Amino acid sequence: MDTRVEKKKLGLKERYAAMTRGLGWETSYQPMDKVFPHDKYEGIKIHDWDKWQDPFRLTMDAYWKYQGEKEKKLYAVIEAFAQNNGQLGVTDARYINALKLFIQGVTPLEYYAHRGFAHVGRQFTGEGARVAAQMQSIDELRHYQTETHAISHYNKYFNGMHESNHWFDRVWYLSVPKSFFEDACTGGPFEFLTAVSFSFEYVLTNLLFVPFMSGAAHNGDMSTVTFGFSAQSDESRHMTLGIECIKFILEQDPDNLPIVQRWIDKWFWRGYRLLTIVAMMQDYMLPKRVMSWKEAWEMYAEENGGALFRDLARYGIREPAGWKQACEGKDHISHQAWATFYNYNGAAPFHTWVPKEEELNWLSEKYPETFDKYYRPRWEFWRDQAAEGKRFYNMTLPMLCTTCQVPMLFTEEGDASKICYRESDYFGNKYHFCSDHCKGIFDHEPEKYVQSWLPVHQIYQGNCFKPGTDPTAEGFNPLMAVLDYYHVNVGRDNFDFEGSEDQKNFAAWRGDPPPAPVAATTEPGAAK
Amino acid sequence: MSVVSNPARAAYDFPMKDVRENFPAPLLYIGWEDHLMFCAPFCLPLPPETPFGALGTAVLPGIYGYHPDFAQIDWSAVQWFKSGQPWTPDPSKSLAENGLQHKDVIRFRTPGLTGIQGSFS
Repeated sequence: MDTRVEKKKLGLKERYAAMTRGLGWETSYQPMDKVFPHDKYEGIKIHDWDKWQDPFRLTMDAYWKYQGEKEKKLYAVIEAFAQNNGQLGVTDARYINALKLFIQGVTPLEYYAHRGFAHVGRQFTGEGARVAAQMQSIDELRHYQTETHAISHYNKYFNGMHESNHWFDRVWYLSVPKSFFEDACTGGPFEFLTAVSFSFEYVLTNLLFVPFMSGAAHNGDMSTVTFGFSAQSDESRHMTLGIECIKFILEQDPDNLPIVQRWIDKWFWRGYRLLTIVAMMQDYMLPKRVMSWKEAWEMYAEENGGALFRDLARYGIREPAGWKQACEGKDHISHQAWATFYNYNGAAPFHTWVPKEEELNWLSEKYPETFDKYYRPRWEFWRDQAAEGKRFYNMTLPMLCTTCQVPMLFTEEGDASKICYRESDYFGNKYHFCSDHCKGIFDHEPEKYVQSWLPVHQIYQGNCFKPGTDPTAEGFNPLMAVLDYYHVNVGRDNFDFEGSEDQKNFAAWRGDPPPAPVAATTEPGAAK
Repeated sequence: MSVVSNPARAAYDFPMKDVRENFPAPLLYIGWEDHLMFCAPFCLPLPPETPFGALGTAVLPGIYGYHPDFAQIDWSAVQWFKSGQPWTPDPSKSLAENGLQHKDVIRFRTPGLTGIQGSFS
């Protein structure tokens, strides 16, 4: 009989040390600064990389095991959902438009985050930070894949999801999330961490993932809930990493503080602007409501975020410069954003609608100070117009903010009757902004933003037509040419929900009575 | 860029993407105050020789005419703003002669008209 050998089991900390030992090394025939040129050029000073603690000490073997189990559960749910025609169990086909927004505007960001972390994972001299970035890179790639797989089931049945990758690089409103991540990825490695791990993941993703996923649960979409939970358990890890990396940078050298504070100011504001679409999803796109944007903002931003910044005060960090304005916006941005998509639904591959009477009442109740005064009359007017066959489609291109790229739809602080206009002059060329903070971001590094690919300007420059298009031809319709370049199926992907193929199909598949016919619209370009 | 301390960095000097030369006509941004049913100001490429007065008669009806207030505008009472400052254009002169350049922003206010049921919509 063999002698039994007592196998010594390594603890988490020792296993992490063993698995990452030797991944970093001192170079011999090239200076370290030449091999890692990016971790100093932003001005961040790191004196002791060994102080970097990955709070999870995650190693590749543990990662595969843990994530593999999660994947099995996730794909079992997706499979069951598909086999049981789960898409018919959602509250209303209007809900599907929230998923369109997700696959168009959020899922591609997971891919950008994957690329960003893969890139910065090469930049840090310290191997602890490199390993952590690598793990996050893989996480983000997984999120991109699982979200795509989960939503692809809906793509078999509904419009507005078939070309999400193609749209992300072209469709006007998707330049908002795209420019956010391209701005982050083209910063230095510490700015990227501050932008994504801290400002976005730590301060703002609760506002993204919790409402989206509880919205899905309330509306009967268990497939989305499951990928949400699968991703959310990673998100909490990302958030912890975000706070740890901020603390690490700040503890290394007092000179880092002003640089980091400026990044926090910038990336909080950019993230806040990006979340405008989540605000409108929550207040307008969920047939069964969870909580208003205002309530979510108060809980996740004002309470949690406020506590976070009080906590960081001992490092000298104050709350982001745009905090007060962001808090003021909780009463307005969802209404302003949904009205914008209602305006431009001719060019957006998802559907919009006027809220039903009980939904208008819910909004009046949730926004007692602002909804009836500023927004309700607009919706009632549009509803009456649509009933007469005059559904409003705005056919002229809007002015955009140079920094966040959102149309100039936001109003002045303290006065919701006035659009907020700001401008800067840069070498004789004018640039325009939606807020003091977007202007401030531009003024600090104008070289970057004068290169912005602004969709409206690119359309006018003739860069958004298919090759061979002749804009001087008789009867040329620029909107139709742009939609052709976008690969939008006109009349199926876009226009009002009322009368849409999604609405009719959903009713037919469920055996519900067919929707009431819609008065023919008289707007040019909107004929179906 | 966000470079703070790299003295050896190369000059960052590239052509701006939105300069006048890249467009068939200069861009003009126009907003109608107190009428936020149109969610944002408009961006329009307009030939510099366009008479300013043609805005009210030829350009704006096509983009704002849907609004019930539009037909009630008294154009002689309209207040104009350029970059947020009160401004008096000459309707008989061209956009260029009125000093409008590429990517200028102008707004007009129509006294007495404040949108659907006075909601600024």
